[in-house]
Amino acid sequence: MTAPASDLLRVENLRISFRVPSGTILAVKDASLRVAPGKVTALVGESGSGKSVISQAIMGILPSIARAEGRILFSDPERPGSPIDIVRLPLDGREIRHLRGRRMGKIFQEPMTSLSPLHTIGDQISEVLAIHTADDAAERRRKTEEMLGLVGFQDPARAFDMYPFELSGGMRQRAMIAMALICRPALLIADEPTTALDVTIQAQILKLLRDLQQKLGMAMLLITHDLGVVANVADEVVVIYRGEIMEAGTVEAIFRDPRHPYLKGLLKAVPHFDMEPGERLKPLRSIPASGATLMDHIAPAASRSGKADAPDVLLSVRHVSKTFTTRKGGLFKAGERKRHRAVSDVSFTVRRGECLGLVGESGCGKTTLSKILMRAITPDEGSVILHSADGDIDIGRASGSDLRRLRTRVQMVFQDPVSSLSPRMTVQNILMEPLEINGRGTAKTRLETVRRLLTAIGLDETALNRYPHAFSGGQRQRIGIARALALGPELMICDEPVSALDVSVQAQILNLLKDLQKDLGLTTIFISHNLAVVDYMADRIAVMCNGRIVEIAPREVLMRSPAHPYTRSLLAAVPFPDLERPLDFDRISANGASDTARWPDAFRPDGDGEGLAAADLGNGHLVLARSDVKAAELVS
Amino acid sequence: MLRYILLRLLSMIPTMAVISMLVFTIIELPPGDYFESYVSELTAMGEDVDMAEIEELRHQYGFDQPPVMRYFHWVGGMLTGDFGYSFEYQLPVSEVVGDRLWLTVLVSFFTIIVTWLIAFPIGIYSATHQYSWGDYGLTFLGLLGIAVPNFMLALILMYFANRWFGVSIGHLMDQKYLAEPMSWEKSRSILSHIWIPVLIVGTAGTAGMIRRLRANLLDELQKQYVVTARAKGLSPMRTLVKYPLRMALNFFVADIGSILPAIISGAEITAIVLSLETTGPMLVKALQSQDMYLAGSFLMFLAFLTVVGMLISDIALALLDPRIRLAGRSTK
Repeated sequence: MTAPASDLLRVENLRISFRVPSGTILAVKDASLRVAPGKVTALVGESGSGKSVISQAIMGILPSIARAEGRILFSDPERPGSPIDIVRLPLDGREIRHLRGRRMGKIFQEPMTSLSPLHTIGDQISEVLAIHTADDAAERRRKTEEMLGLVGFQDPARAFDMYPFELSGGMRQRAMIAMALICRPALLIADEPTTALDVTIQAQILKLLRDLQQKLGMAMLLITHDLGVVANVADEVVVIYRGEIMEAGTVEAIFRDPRHPYLKGLLKAVPHFDMEPGERLKPLRSIPASGATLMDHIAPAASRSGKADAPDVLLSVRHVSKTFTTRKGGLFKAGERKRHRAVSDVSFTVRRGECLGLVGESGCGKTTLSKILMRAITPDEGSVILHSADGDIDIGRASGSDLRRLRTRVQMVFQDPVSSLSPRMTVQNILMEPLEINGRGTAKTRLETVRRLLTAIGLDETALNRYPHAFSGGQRQRIGIARALALGPELMICDEPVSALDVSVQAQILNLLKDLQKDLGLTTIFISHNLAVVDYMADRIAVMCNGRIVEIAPREVLMRSPAHPYTRSLLAAVPFPDLERPLDFDRISANGASDTARWPDAFRPDGDGEGLAAADLGNGHLVLARSDVKAAELVS
Repeated sequence: MLRYILLRLLSMIPTMAVISMLVFTIIELPPGDYFESYVSELTAMGEDVDMAEIEELRHQYGFDQPPVMRYFHWVGGMLTGDFGYSFEYQLPVSEVVGDRLWLTVLVSFFTIIVTWLIAFPIGIYSATHQYSWGDYGLTFLGLLGIAVPNFMLALILMYFANRWFGVSIGHLMDQKYLAEPMSWEKSRSILSHIWIPVLIVGTAGTAGMIRRLRANLLDELQKQYVVTARAKGLSPMRTLVKYPLRMALNFFVADIGSILPAIISGAEITAIVLSLETTGPMLVKALQSQDMYLAGSFLMFLAFLTVVGMLISDIALALLDPRIRLAGRSTK
C-alpha cells in the first residue's frame, strides 16, 4: 500500500457496536481499508457481514444505537494536508453535514424506497445544491437537468418534474446517482447499487457508474456481494466476513491468487458458465441432506403407481395468452383502459424428469406464466394440459375433483422465504397441513412423513416445534421446499427460489434442489433472472421477453450459440467473476435489451406485434422470428 | 380535477337520498309520534287533554297521512329551506337551531385548533425522542387523557372551580346575554367562558392525536428516504419537516372527514354537564321527545357534513400526495 497521505479515505481499526437490550453486539471488528483518489475499492461480503454498517459510519449516518470507535480519515482534496476524522465529528453536526452530499455521495440499494414518493426527483436532487451552494433556483434547476442528462435521462426537463413512482427501477437508480453526484463529490459510496436490478439494467448502471467515475475523477467505495460486479469495476478489493476483514488487495491479486479460505470458498460457491457437466457447487457450509429416504413415502405419483408407460411429456402448454386490463390516467382524468398482454401466445412442453429453466427480466411475464401453470389465474386463450400418471388434467378448465387432483400434482417454491411461511405456525404444522388437507394417511404416518421431509432437506427433528422466525433465510427456503414436496408433486415450480439468498446459501439450496430432483425423479420449472443459476440447474432453457418465449433450447445449445438478439444481450450483460472476460460495456444499449427497435429485422414484430412464429433450428432449438425468414438465415 | 369534483358532487345526491330514507325510518321506528308522547306527558301530570284539538293538530301537520307522503313532504320542505316546525319549542327548526349552531361551531373550531397546537409539538417530540423520559412522561399523560371521560373531567373541574374560586364554570356566556343580540360585551363574555369546554373536550382528542402522530411518524422515520436525506447533508430538523412529517400528515388530512360532523354533534355529554348552549344537548333532547322535524334536520345535517368532509379530505389528500393524484399515469 502507498503512503497514507495519498489515500482519499482511510478506515483504521474501526469497531462498531450496537447496544441492544440483551447486551452489545460487535458488528465490525478492527476493520481497516482504504480508498485511493479516483479509484474503486470494492467491499465484498454476505449480508450481515457489516459492510453496510461501515459505509454508514463513513458518512456518519449510523443508527442511534450504534457506536463507532477507531479512525475514519477523510483527506479532502479541497483541503490538502488535513485529514478529517469522521468518527470524532459530532453526530449530525455542521462539519459532517458539510461533507455529506457535497464531498461524499451515497447510492442505496433500493431505488424504490430511497427516494421520497411525495417530492419530484428534481426537487430532491436540487435540494443537495440548495444545502451546499449559493445557487438560485434557476441555476439549481439548470445544473440538475444537466446532471439528469448525464446519467441518461432522455428528456431531463420533463424528468425534473416527475415523481419517483413514475419511473422504472433502473431510472430511479439513475436519479439516485444524479443526486449523489450533483455536487461532484470526491468519494461516492455505492451500497449494492445494482442488486435490485435486472441483469441488463445492472450492466447499464455499472457502465454509467464507471464512466462517471472516470469523467469526474472521483473515488468509489462499492459495496456488493456479487464477485462478477467486483471483477468488472473494482481496482482494489476488500473481503469482509462477520465484521472482520479477511483479505485485501488489488483486484488482480484477489482473483488470480485468492489466499483466504473464505474467499476461495466464495468463488467456488457461485455458479458460472464454464462449469463442467455434472460439476457441483461447493457451498461454504454444506448441509447433509438425503432425499433417498423419501422415496417410499412421498415419491411422485408416477413412480408410485409404477407405470412404466407414463407419457414422456408431463406438461404441454399450447398458445397460452393472458391479458390484463389496467385503467390508465390519473384519478381526476377520464379512465382510459389499457390492455396489457402479460403472456402472449406461449407454447412449450416439459418432459418428465427434466428441469426447464425460464429466464427473463422483470415484467417479461414469467411470473404470470407460472401462476397460469398453478391455476392461480386462468388463461384467456390456449390450453395447459398436465399429463399426470393417472390421467390428463386440463389446468385451464379443471374443476371439482380434477382441480383437487391438480393441487396435489403441481407445487410451488416461492421467492421470498420470509413471507411465504406463516409466522404463526410451527414447522410441523406447516409441513403437515398439505397432508391433512388432502387426507393423506393417519396422524402417525403424517408425522413420519414430516420427519422424513426434514431429513431430506437437512434439518433435524428439533426443528419440528419451532416457528419460522427461528430459522435463517436459507433454512426457511428449505422448509418451503419441504412443504412443496410433502404431497409428492409431479411438477414443482421454483419461482426465483434463491434470488433473496446470499451467495453461499444459494449454493446450498441449488444443490439441494438438484439432489432432490435426481433422487425423486422430480420435474421442475426453474424461474430466475440469473442466467448462471439457470445454467447450473436446467436441462433446457426458455427465454421470455415481452410476454413471449423468444428462444427455447437445450442448455448447452442456448449458452453456446444463442440465436435471438435478446438472449445474446442477456448473456452479454452477465458480469463474470473473471478478469479475463470483462463486460463489453460498449455493446450495452441504453434502452435495455427488450427494446424491439434494436433487434434485427428478422426478429422484429410488425406494427401490431404480429407476424412472428417459432422457427425450428434443429435439436429442439426454437427461436421466435418472422415467419417469412428461413431458419438458416437466423443462425449467424 | 374539476371533472372529479363534479362527479363526486353528483354522487352525493343518491347518498343523501338514501340517508334521508334511513333517518326518516329511524325516527318513525318508535311507536307513536310527538303528540302521543305529549298527551301521555300531560295525562301523567294529571291535566285534561282535548283529544279533538290534538287530532286537529295531527291533521294540520299531516300526521294522519301515510308515511310515504310524510317523507316526501319532509324532504321537499328541506330542499326549499323549510326544515319544519319544532313542537317542543313551538318555533321553526331553523330558528331553534340558529344561535346554538354557530356557538357550537365556535367551540369545536377552537377545540380543533387547540388540539392541533398541543398535539403536534408533543407528537413530534415523542417520536423523535422515542423511549426517552420525556416520551414516557408525555405518553403517560396522554394515556390519562384518553382514559378519563370528558364529562368526568368537567365534573371535577366544576367542583374545584366552585370550591376554590367560588365560580360556576358552566355555560358559554353570562346568562344575561343569552337572548341579547351580538355585542362587544357578549363576545367578551363568550371568550372568557369558552376556554374551559375547549380544554375539557380537547384533552381526549389531543391525547389520541399525539399517539397517532407518534406512531405514524415513528413508522416514517424508519424509512430509507430519511437516510437518503441525511446523506445529502440536510439538517435533522429540516429533514424531519420536509420528509417524514409530510408523509405523516396524510392521516391528519384523512381525519378531516370525521371532524366536520363532530363539530356539530361533538361532546354532547360534556355539554350537558357544563350546560353549554350548543347543539349537542338539543339533539339528545329532540330524540328523546320524538320532536321529529328537529331531530331529523339534525341527523340530515350531520350526514351532509360527513359527506362533505369526506369530499374535502379526498381532495386535500390528492393535492398533498402525488401518488393518489397521479396513480395510473404511465411509467417511463
